[in-house]
Amino acid sequence: MSNKFPSLQLKVEDFLPASAEEKESLVIMRKSINFWADGMRRLRKNKIAMVSLVFIILIMIFAYVLPAFWPYSYEQQIKYSENLAPFEYGRDEQALIDAGESVFPHICGTDKLGRDFAVRLMMGTRISLSVGLVCAALVLLVGATYGAIAGFAGGWVDNIMMRITDILYTIPDILLIIILSMALKPALEDLAAQPGFGWMQKMGPNLIAIFLVFVLLYWVGMARITRSQVLILKESEYVTAARALGASGGRIVKKHLLTNCIGTLIVTTTLQIPSAIFTESYLSFLGLGVAAPMPSLGSLATDAVKGMNTYPHLLILPALMISVVILVFNLFGDGLRDAFDPKLKN
Amino acid sequence: MKKYIIKRLALGIASIFIVATLTFFLMNLVPGGPFVAEKSISKAAQEALEAKYGLDKPLGERYITYMSDFVKGDMGYSLRQRGRTVSGIIFSKFPVSAKLAGIAVVLALALGIPLGCISAYNRGKFFDNFIIVLATCGIAIPSFISSVLLLYTFGSKLGVLPTVGLNTMSSYIMPVTALAIYPTAYITRLMRSSLLDVMGQDYIRTSRAKGVSSFKTLFKHALRNAILPVITYVGPMLAGLMTGSFVVEKIFTIPGLGREFVSAITNRDYTMIMGTTIILATLVITANVIVDILYKIIDPRIKLK
Repeated sequence: MSNKFPSLQLKVEDFLPASAEEKESLVIMRKSINFWADGMRRLRKNKIAMVSLVFIILIMIFAYVLPAFWPYSYEQQIKYSENLAPFEYGRDEQALIDAGESVFPHICGTDKLGRDFAVRLMMGTRISLSVGLVCAALVLLVGATYGAIAGFAGGWVDNIMMRITDILYTIPDILLIIILSMALKPALEDLAAQPGFGWMQKMGPNLIAIFLVFVLLYWVGMARITRSQVLILKESEYVTAARALGASGGRIVKKHLLTNCIGTLIVTTTLQIPSAIFTESYLSFLGLGVAAPMPSLGSLATDAVKGMNTYPHLLILPALMISVVILVFNLFGDGLRDAFDPKLKN
Repeated sequence: MKKYIIKRLALGIASIFIVATLTFFLMNLVPGGPFVAEKSISKAAQEALEAKYGLDKPLGERYITYMSDFVKGDMGYSLRQRGRTVSGIIFSKFPVSAKLAGIAVVLALALGIPLGCISAYNRGKFFDNFIIVLATCGIAIPSFISSVLLLYTFGSKLGVLPTVGLNTMSSYIMPVTALAIYPTAYITRLMRSSLLDVMGQDYIRTSRAKGVSSFKTLFKHALRNAILPVITYVGPMLAGLMTGSFVVEKIFTIPGLGREFVSAITNRDYTMIMGTTIILATLVITANVIVDILYKIIDPRIKLK
């Protein structure tokens, strides 16, 4: 009852100095959270993005770690074990099992040359992922540098640099990708045969051709985004304030421009990965992707098309893998954008 | 405005010119020639053929000849399909690709716009999540995968749809579906985000405050503005479907422009490569220029620079 009607009587204890705890409870300001902590907090709350991240890590392990422990290699042809269904054994393998030895099962069966399909799927995922990751990194490097230079320089330098990107932007990419990869492949194969370019032979000249083609065509988008970011930030009040306080150019770039750009750049790069994987699978389908016996997910699916009525699992597994890889990278990129893009904060 | 249109057109023409030049020199870098693959013909006959089509001349001279002929509207004869002009082949194949792409665009719009609206209207609810997951999957699946899977399920396993060519109405179903999946998913996402963006505007709140039902607000006030980005996507989508359809055309053995382009490259049919590339590039670039100009006319909020 006493709660309902506040007493008018003054109490002595109300006028005592506040204790430390009471003071603490009156502090309204919370601890300042920096950009990264804030973004990560939002990312962690996003369930779809976190599930995608788990998938990405699992796929990475599947592609980069697992083949090292697998008892078969991706080019090893096992005699009498051609075209096996999942968990089937070849003639020689069955004989070994009957003799009491253990044979590692072909979880995904084998292909028409008797190669274990599970390990080929892993290698294919590895190649496709590598194409996506390397291309995205190269595009970031070239595009961000170009865009930053154009944005900083301004004036006629910016004008000329941007007209070049305007023209490149309107060129239909898929046509040029096809023609470029046709033209680059033999040129790089010649180059790889020269002494001193042995490392190219090891990597495969046409894998390098694919990297080059993607970078040549896709840096434009990144350059445009970086430039517009730099332009916006250059004009912002806090940069003017920093300059007025006597900050050097280098400090402004490092402390203000780079930290504010980087969110957008990371998001754009992440979304570049699935699009590179997507395009590589198209090229493989047209026979312009990575060369045999190296598999990519696209070429695995393409090889399986002919025999899809008899061996559908050889088609469905790589097809599923491509779709899942592109899907999780897209979802994760969307999550990153929601978390780190300052424009979408609200 | 006039200045902007002229600038945009000039850029477009410059891009077409650059595509043509790049293609010309790149395709000549590729080893082999149109007549090398034919083992049946002798060395002398091969040289005679090359002389006939002017392939023995230096590259620079051939480039100038080709470009000046092209400006006059002459794309030359196909090197592999003897006696047929490049423009003739393109004219006969173009309608096939255009029809496929056209149907796919209509389908994508008819499905994508309502799905996007439903999704935005039910924001955060089950329907919204369901549609968004579906649309994200649609974007993630490359069209050759969806074509092959369709072919496998409906063509060979169930055997209900024809797998080759475009002879009957039912043979359109699979190629059009395979082509339309990506744009449908894309339009759904575009429509949803655009509608949500518009729904947050002040004038929508005003109309809600004045007592207009939320259904009417959505369709009468929000949709008109929200549909703009979708409309501007139609041009590039149509052009993209026409150039991107070669995979689908290859899988379903449809005699379209895309298949012609791919086989021209593998056959080193130089004049055909040039012809198809320039036509397809012109299509994409024209669509983009028209959309850029239209966008500025439709939406007065975009400032002209």
